[in-house]
Amino acid sequence: MSPQDYWKANLKLLSILLFIWFVISFGFGILLSDFLDQFSLGGFKLGFWFAQQGSIYGFVILIFVYVFAMHRLEKKIQNKKEEK
Amino acid sequence: MSSQLLTYIFVSLSFVLYIGIAIWSRANSTNEFYVAGKGVNPLANGMATAADWMSAASFISMAGLISFLGKDGAVYLMGWTGGYVLLALLLAPYLRKFGQYTVPDFIGTRYYSKTARLVAVLCLIFISFTYVAGQMRGVGIVFSRFLEVEINIGVIIGMIVVFFYAVLGGMKGITYTQVAQYCVMIFAYLVPAIFISILITGNPIPQLGFGDTLLNSSTYLLEKLDQLSVDLGFNAYTKNTKSNIDIFCITAALMFGTAGLPHVIVRFFTVPKVSDARKSAGYALVFIALLYTTAPAVAAFSRVNFIESIQEKSYVDSPNWFKNWENIGLIAWQDKNKDGLINYSAGKPFDGSRPIFSGGVGSQGEREIKNTPISDNSNEVYIDRDIMVLANPEIAKLPAWVMALVAAGGLAAALSTAAGLLLVISSSISHDLLKKTFMPKINERQELFYARCSAAVAILIAGLFGIYPPAFVAQVVAFAFGLAASTIFPALLLGIFSKRLNKEGAIAGMMAGLIFTAGYIIYFKFLFSDLDSSLNWLWGISPEGVGFLGMIINFVVAILVSSFSTKPPIEVGQMVDKIRLP
Repeated sequence: MSPQDYWKANLKLLSILLFIWFVISFGFGILLSDFLDQFSLGGFKLGFWFAQQGSIYGFVILIFVYVFAMHRLEKKIQNKKEEK
Repeated sequence: MSSQLLTYIFVSLSFVLYIGIAIWSRANSTNEFYVAGKGVNPLANGMATAADWMSAASFISMAGLISFLGKDGAVYLMGWTGGYVLLALLLAPYLRKFGQYTVPDFIGTRYYSKTARLVAVLCLIFISFTYVAGQMRGVGIVFSRFLEVEINIGVIIGMIVVFFYAVLGGMKGITYTQVAQYCVMIFAYLVPAIFISILITGNPIPQLGFGDTLLNSSTYLLEKLDQLSVDLGFNAYTKNTKSNIDIFCITAALMFGTAGLPHVIVRFFTVPKVSDARKSAGYALVFIALLYTTAPAVAAFSRVNFIESIQEKSYVDSPNWFKNWENIGLIAWQDKNKDGLINYSAGKPFDGSRPIFSGGVGSQGEREIKNTPISDNSNEVYIDRDIMVLANPEIAKLPAWVMALVAAGGLAAALSTAAGLLLVISSSISHDLLKKTFMPKINERQELFYARCSAAVAILIAGLFGIYPPAFVAQVVAFAFGLAASTIFPALLLGIFSKRLNKEGAIAGMMAGLIFTAGYIIYFKFLFSDLDSSLNWLWGISPEGVGFLGMIINFVVAILVSSFSTKPPIEVGQMVDKIRLP
């Protein structure tokens, strides 16, 4: 994998993850929150749960997904260096 | 054993631990002083970052704030955690790869300009001092309530402890003390939360208990809370009060501000590898989330407990904690309808922002206050939101050692953040101002000496802020995040993701963001504070959220100015290429 491909793959990954980041916080926690409040999760209204709990769990998962995905990408670019 | 004695024991033990660690991990070079020799394990760094990040505001004030704000409190919960996603994905790994010591270092080098470096140093010092002032107030509150010493003596003890490990140990000392402080802090936060969750819902996990039914009943806690709030004339707890656009902007300003805070960014300079910087941000967020997902539960529990334990009780039989906090002036009661009962409901109880005690005693034995009662509502209770977490164990009648633990935890939170801030202030002075700008000839030993001196001076100034708290502390928190979001974050992001952005663009962008954001906040918070309401705000965006607009202005100005001026030198392009690779 060339440095350019590595950077492109990284940018693609970033856009996907940041899109999810936006949807779970600004989307579910704020803009769509009142709409989601008609559903419930145990004793929580769903929009309220996303605003005060769910978004935070989502953030943690997103970072670890990125850590693992980048770990694989880094391996690819390092293997390439060794082949040379 | 009395709770005060226990508190003395807990707090002294924790201080001995911190000082012991400081002596064990002294710094001997600038590399160790600024970035702990870049040898910190990512897990330990995650814990240190969490302690650094979670300040007196997170530990002491946040749950209290949420407890009075209800659903709107989510701006702090999402705002102060979501920024870590931005840090891990967009900034931390690249800045670690860049491999220097400070945030202004990156800005100065990437934009090949001393002016850019100086603008960054100014923003950094302003942001960090704003923040330190709040920590010192936290130290003062804990000392005065739990140890019954003068606030001033409390602040001085706090200064001595921080002095020890920040001046001696630099980043290395701070890192390992912060690991210990995180453990103290999280234990102190979770223990009472678990107890209270069991007492109220029977569920030992506060995050779940908060959505569970009340003990021996089929009503959900949140349903009950909505009901109680509405009955007392407040908005339902699970409904927003602020407008969506304002919530959106405040959350965004806090998130982007978090990602631009120098004392947080610099923590990722201390790990050995680029991939460790990413991992470390992940661990940090796990440790932070542990407290941040517990806080809204604590908020809801304490709201129910608070209302139920005082509403319509006679003042004479009111619980001890009510009188204890009244004694230090953070609770006040004025018997407006002369029935001897505490009537709590929505609305301001009396004129003025805080109670003015006359020194006399009222008919029921309460501290008499001179403020004129407001007669259009029946609320008789003034309560400072900051006390909820500290008072919570007492309100829930938990054993004395839990209260002692909470006091030690509050101090750990305040001291760990203060130390991190003092370190970035001192390193930006000794490294960016002296070594890189005004005194380039000093050698490493001299630089280290200046770093220690500036840390000592910064501690003295911070201490003065604690002893003579500026009245504007609460207002300036908006400032710190607004400025970080509107100046530092865009400069860093564009520096990494755009090769075209040049010196002129970056400086113009930072200045535009700074002037717009600072101007808006000063206008509403200092000059015309009576106009500070949603009717007068630009598009209904409060000063707390305006940093988000400032950030957009910064991006637009920076990109426009860059596209009309010369390209940056080739070396800069090569440097950017280099930091993009692992």
